Amino acid sequence: MRARVIFFSQFAFTVLVAAFLIVPAVLSMAAGVTTNYFRGIRSGFTLQWVIQVWELYADTIARSFVVALLTLAVTLVVGVPAAYALHVRGGRLSRAIEEIITLPLAIPGLAIALALLLSYGTFSDFRRSSLFIVAGHVVFTLPFMVRSVMAIFSSIDVKTLDESASSLGAAPWRRFRDVIVPNALPGILAGSLMVVTLSLGEFNLTWMLHTPLTKTLPVGLADSYASMRLEVASAYTLVFFVMIIPLLVAMQIFADSGGRKGARK
Amino acid sequence: MTALHGVAVRVESCAKTFTDGTHALEPITLDIARGETLVFLGPSGCGKTTMLRIIAGLERPDAGGRVLFNGSDVTKVPIEQRNVGMVFQSYALFPNMNVADNVGYGLKIRGVGHTERKVRIAELVALTGIEGLEQRRIDQLSGGQRQRVALARAVAARPSVLLLDEPLTALDAALRDRLRFELDRLLRALGITTVYVTHDQAEAMALADRVVVMRKGAIAQIGTPRDIYFTPANRFVAEFVGAANLVEARATNGTLTLPGGQLHIADAALTGEVIAMIRPESITVVAAESASLSGRVERISFVGDRQRLAVSGATQKTLMIDTLNTLDIKIGENIGLKVDPAIIRVLPREPQ
Repeated sequence: MRARVIFFSQFAFTVLVAAFLIVPAVLSMAAGVTTNYFRGIRSGFTLQWVIQVWELYADTIARSFVVALLTLAVTLVVGVPAAYALHVRGGRLSRAIEEIITLPLAIPGLAIALALLLSYGTFSDFRRSSLFIVAGHVVFTLPFMVRSVMAIFSSIDVKTLDESASSLGAAPWRRFRDVIVPNALPGILAGSLMVVTLSLGEFNLTWMLHTPLTKTLPVGLADSYASMRLEVASAYTLVFFVMIIPLLVAMQIFADSGGRKGARK
Repeated sequence: MTALHGVAVRVESCAKTFTDGTHALEPITLDIARGETLVFLGPSGCGKTTMLRIIAGLERPDAGGRVLFNGSDVTKVPIEQRNVGMVFQSYALFPNMNVADNVGYGLKIRGVGHTERKVRIAELVALTGIEGLEQRRIDQLSGGQRQRVALARAVAARPSVLLLDEPLTALDAALRDRLRFELDRLLRALGITTVYVTHDQAEAMALADRVVVMRKGAIAQIGTPRDIYFTPANRFVAEFVGAANLVEARATNGTLTLPGGQLHIADAALTGEVIAMIRPESITVVAAESASLSGRVERISFVGDRQRLAVSGATQKTLMIDTLNTLDIKIGENIGLKVDPAIIRVLPREPQ
């Protein structure tokens, strides 16, 4: 009896996942390669919508990756040393700074975007470039990097490792490079995975910050949904999936092997 | 053949108050001779680790305190420029490097070439008995092996002073005993100035040229292991180092009047209330009739190499006595007790 209840509840859960996650995704991708969605699959398969999307949005897609990688670079350069400093220093000030860094998680992206526009919108060269979007993405993704690196720091007693490297004569930068970063690698990888994913998928902040010349993937997606025929919008979704899924899988594998290495202690 | 190397260390009125207001150390002045092994011994929270970290350069003493290596002031020199070797309680080996790379890290930092480094690593691996483990990852080592790697790594670059923070505490008892002897041999062979921190008095005795017994951030006594054991300066040292009977009694012209009889002490002129310390193993069991002090055996615990008796009636508190493991004795028996007057230590009175 009990086993049956468990079986049916699992079955129901699986059906729900399929109905609300997999079916819509598959349908929308299918729509992207259907000649005429309103006439259904019978109308035949075509790649013309995909090609159309590629022609219209190739630069948008490329820009999205550039923005994601720049965001990653900044969060690495700023976030990893910041996490190190916050962890080693400790104390009330570090806690306060950590809270401030984490704040953007609780604030709607629209509000962050508005604040950025109010503060820096008048620097028109900056405002018009993709760097303005990078800045927004850094604000939004930095806490994920800092948190994930700090988590690994507290699991490997980084303070004593640092002290032991210093007792052997290593200057701060040297021990950061030789001891801290290699041992924090699983956390850094996990953080990177999150930053890239979040940056590629970020919409509401980016929507506020973009100009017609600095659209990113999700903004382009909204644009095509609003102004193109349904098949084109669906083809866009297909392109989005094709772009992002291999990347996610690759980084997941990378983070997994890194995680295992870190776990062997 | 023990070529002494390392520096003489002087700690000058070093106190430490942490930012949260805790006084970890009262001002302490101390000289450590070149090549000497000095052990800081004390219960947790006595400030011994803080002292070690001040010498290492991981903590700054409060204003006015100075640390000198061979007479030159290193108080403001950061640890990475002090040329110290340090072994941490957790060993803090680098998980991202194998054994050889851990041992060679200090040499690499100092720019020692690859070939020379290899030779020195081989030397240290042999010295610490970890041959064959060079390519192992740290997580593939046992506790004892990690301890040896940590030691090899700390001495690889020929530091001026070797600092060890409870290096054996993380190991189980049997291994600890074995490594204690090994460590002693190694420290003698290296002849390096060594500062060692422990809460284990047996470890302190076995390794130290001099022991610094610490209590509540201050020095309770400095001396050789024998000094500390046989002539403790106060009650705290007597009780912390080894087992001790503290007998409170009235002395009249060098004789203690006790519930179970009398006991002579070395100072024949001493009169007044005193606390006398008698080590359990310095009491001899004799026939009750002929003895000037006697008592009744309450408990016997046989521990193999000796047996410990708890005797009541002789002194106000129960007296602990270590006797030969072959001595035939029964609970309830009346026994006579004899103590060499020279070995009884009269402690100064102090407010408790």
